[in-house]
Amino acid sequence: MIRFESITKAYPDGTVAVNGLDLEAPTGKLTILVGPSGCGKTTSLRMINRLIEPTSGTIYLDDQPTSGMDAALLRRRIGYVIQHAGLFPHRTIVDNIATMPLLLGESRQKARHRALELMERVGLPETFANRYPWQLSGGQQQRVGVARALASDPAFMLMDEPFSAVDPVVRAQLQEEFLRLQREIGKTIIMVTHDIDEALKLGDQVAVMRVGGKLAQMATPSELLTSPADEFVADFVGRDRGYRSLGFTAAAGSVAVGEEWTVQLGASAAEAQAKATGAWVLVVDAGRRPLGWAQPEQVHGELRKEHLNLSGTSAQASGTMRQLLDAALSSPSRRGVVVNEHGELLGTVTATDVVKAIEAEPHLETAR
Amino acid sequence: MINYLFDPAHWSGADGIPTLIGEHLIYSLIALAIAAVIAVPLGIYIGVTGKGVFMIAGLANALRALPSVGLLILLVLLISPAFPSKMGYILPSLIVLVLLAVPPILTNTYAGVRAVDAAAVDAARGMGFRTMKILTDVQLPCSLPLMLSGVRSALLQIISTATIAAYISLGGLGRLLIDGKAQNDYSQMVAGAVLVALLALFFDQLLAFITRRVVSPGLTRRTVKATLPSGEVIPSETAKTPTAV
Repeated sequence: MIRFESITKAYPDGTVAVNGLDLEAPTGKLTILVGPSGCGKTTSLRMINRLIEPTSGTIYLDDQPTSGMDAALLRRRIGYVIQHAGLFPHRTIVDNIATMPLLLGESRQKARHRALELMERVGLPETFANRYPWQLSGGQQQRVGVARALASDPAFMLMDEPFSAVDPVVRAQLQEEFLRLQREIGKTIIMVTHDIDEALKLGDQVAVMRVGGKLAQMATPSELLTSPADEFVADFVGRDRGYRSLGFTAAAGSVAVGEEWTVQLGASAAEAQAKATGAWVLVVDAGRRPLGWAQPEQVHGELRKEHLNLSGTSAQASGTMRQLLDAALSSPSRRGVVVNEHGELLGTVTATDVVKAIEAEPHLETAR
Repeated sequence: MINYLFDPAHWSGADGIPTLIGEHLIYSLIALAIAAVIAVPLGIYIGVTGKGVFMIAGLANALRALPSVGLLILLVLLISPAFPSKMGYILPSLIVLVLLAVPPILTNTYAGVRAVDAAAVDAARGMGFRTMKILTDVQLPCSLPLMLSGVRSALLQIISTATIAAYISLGGLGRLLIDGKAQNDYSQMVAGAVLVALLALFFDQLLAFITRRVVSPGLTRRTVKATLPSGEVIPSETAKTPTAV
């Protein structure tokens, strides 16, 4: 657990970066500090490992005040990941990752071994071990940064905008992988981001900070969306928060899934016509995994790949209301494809069905 | 000139070519060592702390514009009365050479330390490196390429300028130039010039070689033959292609 007790950081010129911050990051959870630039989120993070010293107040690490600790020794207990990874350019990838174990007195061989293990863990091929950072893309460097922070198996991790320097596609991928990793390792993490979507996606709890270094609200992502504390939080969380909060509402069982007739590729135009509901028919593969929608009237001869419309998303039955609704809205037939955890077709839902289920459930249960 | 260089008589004795080269090198290397001892720590200090940056711009440029011969004669006039023997001449020569060598080493060391990726330094501190370890493990190795290139250009300047020691009746390859001029022996002068040039080229290549050996390929972005931890060599084609994205 990391606990802030009335932490204030004021600079000699009178600027107050953080103002009386009280905050608790529970053990094994991912706590996110989010807010506009100048809200003191990075300053708050850097006060934990004392890269910045607070003006007043105390930060506790598992109930021990950090102020009395040797700063370097304190930092060695805390994994540290920063925006541009900050890898050592003159060292190979494996040596970069082995930094912390070596610093803590491990033998070279053990440290290297540990580093190779971690490379695998964060999805880096072994062939990268003896490359240098400049030979890696930004996303790969960030993986190395995460591996380096994990190498000493610290109980705590601090992450300062870890995914914001990479392009959106890589970012989403890194976020997914990081969530999976955190589910396995359960570190006590505080992460800073300016991206509210990232905060809502990754955080077990989210602390929204406002300019002037004050805490505006500390809540779970779904609470932030459904009951923002004030106008600032509501604005910051965004305009489509109603729709986004559905992303935290479990769909399980509450929406009736209708049966859908299907055809396979190679079917004749007549068969497709016979199976179609309205203008569209759903095409699946031999394992009943949905491939896309087709319009029988456009099919001459047999149904081929180029007849498929791929615009529809598919939702897992165990997923969220948002995924179900999106499946319905994005489908050209307006019938949303619902699959099981193996990707096999269960049936379809309409937006009306989903909305009815939402309306029937005034007290939204959260998916997490 | 060829005849001069290949005349065995010029390759022996107290004023033979080997002796002159030896003297030339001794002055040059001593001057370089003194300059490095002054400029490297100072450059590191200024680079790390950011204090005294004005010195870099002001002092370094002023020293660069120094008229070396004029200063040498001034220093001899000032210093030689205080010292008996040759020291009164050697000291002024060394001072001039050191003053010449300090600016390139100082500015390059400073620039090298400044250019170290701030994120790498922040990461090192955040991981619990103490100040001295950040210096020795991150800042110095990363600034080495620029620092060494400063040493390289300093040594080039020293070797070519050390000829002026002969102005004040000291040895070194400058003797061939001064004596050749005095005797209207142009082949001797050309031989001297060529020898200085060769010496400079030789040391330039030597330092280039040393640089390649001590600077991490991660900094020079040279591609090295990548090997797997198991020792297996990866074909260079895949090893040197930095993966996109």
